[in-house]
Amino acid sequence: MEGAEMEEARVEDREHDHNNTQEDAQIEESEQKNKDAEVAPALVSVHPTQNSVAVAVGSDLRVFNLLDNCAVNLVDESGGASHNDSIRCIKYGTNGKLFVSAGDDKLFKVWSTDCWRCISTVVSEKRLSAVAISNDGLHVCFADKFGVVWVVDLAGFDGSEASLDKKAAPLLSHYCSIITSLEFSLDGRFIVSADRDSKIRVTVFPSKPLDGAHEIQSFCLGHTEFVSCLAFISSPDSPQGILVSGGGDSTVRLWDIISGSLLDTCEVGAKVGQVESDATEGNCSIITGICTILDCTLIAVAIQSLRGIMLLACNLPSRTLSVTKLVSIIGENFVPTSLGSSISGGLLWMVTGASKFRGPDISPCSRVKGISGFNKNSPDSSEQEPVVLADTELPGGVKLLEKLQGSMLIDEKVFLVAADAVKTAMCNLLNKKQYSDEKREFRKRTRNDKKKKQ
Amino acid sequence: MLQNKANPTINKSTGLPRKRFYRARAHSNPLSDSHFPVPLSPNHVEYSLHYPQLFPLADRTDTCKKIGFADIGCGFGGLLISLSILFPETLMIGMELRDKVTEYVKERILGLRVANPGQYQNVSVVRTNSMKYIPNYFEKGQLLKMFFLFPDPHFKEKNHRRRVISPHLLDEYAYVLQVGGIIYTITDVEELGEWMKSCLQNHPMFEPLSVAELEADPVVKLLSTATEEGQKVARNGGQTFQAVYRRITPAS
Repeated sequence: MEGAEMEEARVEDREHDHNNTQEDAQIEESEQKNKDAEVAPALVSVHPTQNSVAVAVGSDLRVFNLLDNCAVNLVDESGGASHNDSIRCIKYGTNGKLFVSAGDDKLFKVWSTDCWRCISTVVSEKRLSAVAISNDGLHVCFADKFGVVWVVDLAGFDGSEASLDKKAAPLLSHYCSIITSLEFSLDGRFIVSADRDSKIRVTVFPSKPLDGAHEIQSFCLGHTEFVSCLAFISSPDSPQGILVSGGGDSTVRLWDIISGSLLDTCEVGAKVGQVESDATEGNCSIITGICTILDCTLIAVAIQSLRGIMLLACNLPSRTLSVTKLVSIIGENFVPTSLGSSISGGLLWMVTGASKFRGPDISPCSRVKGISGFNKNSPDSSEQEPVVLADTELPGGVKLLEKLQGSMLIDEKVFLVAADAVKTAMCNLLNKKQYSDEKREFRKRTRNDKKKKQ
Repeated sequence: MLQNKANPTINKSTGLPRKRFYRARAHSNPLSDSHFPVPLSPNHVEYSLHYPQLFPLADRTDTCKKIGFADIGCGFGGLLISLSILFPETLMIGMELRDKVTEYVKERILGLRVANPGQYQNVSVVRTNSMKYIPNYFEKGQLLKMFFLFPDPHFKEKNHRRRVISPHLLDEYAYVLQVGGIIYTITDVEELGEWMKSCLQNHPMFEPLSVAELEADPVVKLLSTATEEGQKVARNGGQTFQAVYRRITPAS
């Protein structure tokens, strides 16, 4: 009799397991759907003296060498694709020798811009959300989804090493917040980190960063929603520069990082409302990107749903911001997902694109455009208007576009998906995901922050 | 004063809240984003709300007194009540994550203010997540003392990052403490005591107080006697582990 009872119990167990598996499978499926919906926007970054331009679309990193006017073949010791999942951040170092890329595959890659070889790959426990390179090129930093900023020391790299095996050390942390942007001040004395909880932290970058950056200089508090992007403007009075930030509250703000005080706020969202933008959007004018142009005299701002860019000028003596112009892109449904520029160049590079498409397997593509003709002396003068360049007028021309876009013929769908991608990415930043109890239990099973057994 | 006939949560004779109506679990998840208002910056902290007698007007100038003591995870407010009498010229605030417990402390303070006119006007409590929002409440170098009494031990190794004393969070506490300011920690969990001590010891902006300094500080004795948690430990004959450190300028 016992045997039969045991049999029954075992059968019940199996059934119970089967139910669990079904539920698990359902949750897994919906998680997968969510992942599919998490499309990554295309990114662009420009070499400080415009030697090259890099575009990241999905897991694809594409670089065009403008000096030699040819596409670049990336050399990665791991062979195969350089990144396995969507790249979320890319950046050139200000001395032009280094480039970093990081993203959803939890890999942080450091590239030498001379030979475009990956000199170091650091594996992280969590997905990465922001990257930065110190001005002297000796240190590189990345931020993970736990809110921890890590630093890697590149000392000893002179370009000839095959590859460096480097470990990252924790530098600082924003407790339980996702870091959206990481920037070094112009004099390299400070590292600035912005997060999803509207905070901007200015920390002294120490002489021994591997021991951690413990001395907080200031907090720049004032944004009422997440901070999405940071940039520095040079100023004769402050060697560290003046900090510019854009946020989910549709404002662009100026800060003095030494004291943390808010110098000026520009209600960009309100200004956009006065101009025609995407008719389907309500008052969603989240700042999606900022980029300084022309030796930091002008600031280009990309806004969610805006087909073009907003141009802002910073009045240095009074340290105030003002909107000077709206540059619209006509003829194409182009909402920039990322902006980039060389340090002194007068050309603003823009890209729109996304990592995935709902249709059949189309390789991710992007559309690259440029604006030039900025006049720093009298930004609202009617003499010289910033103009959106035609494809052939871009440096590198058609050759560059073929490499960076993936193709010359871009489907209109690309633009719509790209605009959606940025919207989703920003919404994910705004709203912390609320999981149901079952989902939470399922997620606990796959959590990977347990300390690894030695 | 109206008798709170309809409100059984307040003791009619003392005017103080009855603890049994404010019971809450000891643990609260610091990772979940509860929805409570957070001041935009330290300038936006509503002093007239917290200290109405001392700040009758809503606007506050730069020369006004600022909060000097912060009790992080103040629980039922035992320490704050004692400190309020010991330091009548200092403004102090308790920060607590649990809703019900914060309400209890609020009622306790209000009751004490009524029963003792002129006293307890310098103490208040706010419901907030101090691990995320301390820089929103306090300016750089504002605090003279910070208290971390019997914090949640978060025993599992994977939860260690939720501990309120950690190498990273000490950066923020060092930021809001003035040079010379003191951080007081105490626990009855030996492993946590070791952890907190080692975090503070390894942080370049903190140095331990000497034995003589500890003996001379009247606050140190309060750590184990003033709070409900501390009294419970004493009742059960448990041992406590202290770590009291001073904020210093880091050697460059």
